Amino acid sequence: MEGSVAYDSDLNLKATELRLGLPGTHEEQQAVSNVRNNKRPCVENETAPPPKAQIVGWPPVRSYRKNNSQPVYIKVSMDGAPYLRKIDLKVYSGYPELLQAIENMFKFTIGEYSEREGYKGSDYAPTYEDKDGDWMLVGDVPWEMFTTSCKRLRIMKGSEARGLGCGV
Amino acid sequence: MNYFPDEVLEHVFDSIASHKDRNSVSLVCKSWYRIERYSRRRVFIGNCYSISPERLIARFPGLKSLTLKGKPHFADFNLVPYDWGGFVYPWIKALAESGIGLEELRLKRMVVSDESLELLSKSFANFKSLVLVSCEGFSADGLAAVAANCRFLRELDLQENEVDDHRGHWLSCFPESCTSLVSLNFACLKGEVNLGALERLVSRSPNLKSLRLNRLVPLDTLQKLLMRAPQLVDLGIGSYVHDPSSEASNKLKHAIQRCKSIVSLSGFLEVAPRCMSAIYPICGNLTTLNLSYAPGLHGNKLTKLIQHCRKLQRLWILDRIGDKGLGVVASTCKELQELRVFPSDPFGAGNDAVTEEGLVLVSAGCPKLNSLLYFCQQMTNAALITVARNCPNFIRFRLCILDPVKPDPVTNQPLDEGFGAIVQSCKRLKRLSLSGLLTDQVFLYIGMYAEQLEMLSIAFAADSDKGMLYVLNGCKKLRKLEIRDCPFGNSALLEDVGKYETMRSLWMSSCEVTLGGCKTVAEKMPSLNVEIINESDQTEFNLDEGQKVDKMYLYRTLVGHRKDAPESVWIL
Repeated sequence: MEGSVAYDSDLNLKATELRLGLPGTHEEQQAVSNVRNNKRPCVENETAPPPKAQIVGWPPVRSYRKNNSQPVYIKVSMDGAPYLRKIDLKVYSGYPELLQAIENMFKFTIGEYSEREGYKGSDYAPTYEDKDGDWMLVGDVPWEMFTTSCKRLRIMKGSEARGLGCGV
Repeated sequence: MNYFPDEVLEHVFDSIASHKDRNSVSLVCKSWYRIERYSRRRVFIGNCYSISPERLIARFPGLKSLTLKGKPHFADFNLVPYDWGGFVYPWIKALAESGIGLEELRLKRMVVSDESLELLSKSFANFKSLVLVSCEGFSADGLAAVAANCRFLRELDLQENEVDDHRGHWLSCFPESCTSLVSLNFACLKGEVNLGALERLVSRSPNLKSLRLNRLVPLDTLQKLLMRAPQLVDLGIGSYVHDPSSEASNKLKHAIQRCKSIVSLSGFLEVAPRCMSAIYPICGNLTTLNLSYAPGLHGNKLTKLIQHCRKLQRLWILDRIGDKGLGVVASTCKELQELRVFPSDPFGAGNDAVTEEGLVLVSAGCPKLNSLLYFCQQMTNAALITVARNCPNFIRFRLCILDPVKPDPVTNQPLDEGFGAIVQSCKRLKRLSLSGLLTDQVFLYIGMYAEQLEMLSIAFAADSDKGMLYVLNGCKKLRKLEIRDCPFGNSALLEDVGKYETMRSLWMSSCEVTLGGCKTVAEKMPSLNVEIINESDQTEFNLDEGQKVDKMYLYRTLVGHRKDAPESVWIL
C-alpha cells in the first residue's frame, strides 16, 4: 500500500511538507497550517530518497508526554571559543528560537538563511552532526527531524563557513 | 407501586455505585426515578455538551461529585483546534448559584481558567477533591486560590496538565489549619515550589497517602518528606539524581526503607540509573510502577529493578526496555494486569523500539494481562494469534505500530487475521485501537466478534465503506468511534444515522465524507450535534456540498447546538 515516493528531478514540495496523510498517497491533504515550527520551503531533490513526511498526530502520543520527555542535551561548540556549551533541544520549538539562543550564548550574529545560499551576511554558519556522522547545515530539514537527528552543534567560522554557505 | 417506604429504597440504592446501574434503576418507574434522583451523589458526564448544567442541577439536587469530559480524544494528538471548547466555567458558575454542595470535581480535557478555580474555591464550603487530567488554561494563581480557600481539601491531583506556573507561591497558600490532605500530585508543574512550605504541609497532613512531586524538588527535600510521611502509599519522585556513595544517598535509603506502605511508584523525571538500588527495598511491595518519563533508565539497571518487583500489577514503561527487558517482566511479574509501553522517541523515529517478540513473551508469562497499550516497531499475525490465545482476558487492547500502515514483516500480509484472533478470543474486549496494514476484513471480524466493544480507534485502515459498515452494524455496544485517514464516505456515514443516537460520539477526519453527507446527518437527526472543524485560512466555508470535510465530530445531546464554538467550528 505504501510505496516509496516517486522521485523525479522537479521541485518536490511534498517531500518535506507536514501532511495529514501518508507519503505517497494521492489525496491532496490540506497543508497543515497550524505548525508551530518552521515550515520549510521547497527542497531541491537529490538522488537520496526523500525524508519521511511527518504525519500530524502520529504516533498518537499525548502532547504533554511529547513535550515532557527528558531533555536532550547537546554540545554546542564555536570555532575559536575556549569552551563548549550545552543546550536542551527540547526547549526550543523551532529554528529561529534556537539560533537566537545560540547567538546570545556566544555573542555573535548568524546571517539570513536561504535554501540556495545557506547563511548569508555573516562569517558564521551553524552546522550539526547527524546520526550518520555527517556535518549538515542547520535549517534544511523540518525541525522535528532535526531534533531527533542532531547529535551536536558546531558554529563554523571564516572560510570553512563560506565554503559551506555558497551553493554546493 | 411501592411496598417499601422511600427511605428503605434509598438505603438500597445507596449500595448501587455504578453509574450504569443507577441509570437503569431510575428507569424502572416514576417513584424509583424520583427516589434515585434525590439520592444520587455522583454523576459522570462523558461529553460536557450532551447536557447542560441547569438540567443536571434540576435533576440531581443532592449532587456531590461531578466528572466531566470535554474535548474529543484526538485533541490529545493536536487534531482539534486549541479553542474548540470544553470550558468548565459555566458549570462551576451554575453549580455555585444553585446552592449544590459540591465536594468533588474531576475534569478531563477541559479548559479550566483561573477564574473558574477561584470561583470553585469560594463557592463550596465542603469542597474536598479536585482532579484535573489533560486540562489547560490555568496558572499557579488558580491553584493558589484552591489551596487558600478550600478548608477541607483532601485531594489536589494534577495529571499531565499544561500549567503556567512560573510564580510558585501557590503551595504556601495552604493555611496552617489545613491538615486534611490525603492526596497531592503536582508532578506536571514546571516551576519551583516553596520547599519549606511543602515540608510543613506534609508534616501536618497525617492522612497523606499520595504524594507526587515535580522535577524541581531536590533530593534532600525528598528525604525529609519521606521521613515525615512514612505512611505514604503512592509516591511520585521528581528528581532522583545522587551519588550512591554519599551521605545524602544513605539518608535517602533509610528514609525510603521506612515507607513500608508504598505500593505505587512513579516519576523519576530526572534519574541517574546507578541510584536505583536505594529503591530495591520497597520494590517487593509495588503493585504500580510508572517509569515512562525516565528514558535514562534502560538496560541492566532497568531489568535489575524490575526483577525486584514481583507483585507488579500495572507497569508503564518506555520502549527502551526492549524485547529482552519485556522478557524479564514476563518472568518476574506474574500478577501483571496492565502494561503500557510508550515510544521513547515520541516523534516516531523508533530506534530503540520493541517488536512483536516482547509482547509474545509478556503474554506467555503474564496470564492475568487484561489491559495493553503498546507502541512498537512491527507486529506479526502469528504473534497476535499467540497473544490472543495466551491472554483471553483483554478488556483494553491498544496497539500502535510506529509506521501506521506496516504489514506483517514476515509474510507481508495485512494484520487482519491477527486482530481478528484478538477480538474472537477476548470476549470481554471493551476498547480496541488498531494499526498496521489493515483491509476491510479486520472490520468484518470486529463486527462479528467484538460484542462488548465500546470504543474503537482506527487510523489509515480499510479499503472501502464496507469496513465502517461492518462495525456500525455489528458492534451493538459501541459508544465511541474515532477514525482518521480511512476511505469511509457518505454511504457508510448515512447507512444508519439512528445508530449515532446510541453512541456518545463519532469522529472522522481525513476521510471521504462530504459536507453534503454531514448535512444530511444533521437534518435527519436533530438529537445530534454535527460539527465540522475547518482550520484552514479561508474565512468562509466553501459551501460546495461535494467538498470533502476535513474533520467531523458528531455527538448526541439533549440541549441542541452549543453557543461557545469558535470560528473554526461550524455546527450544522
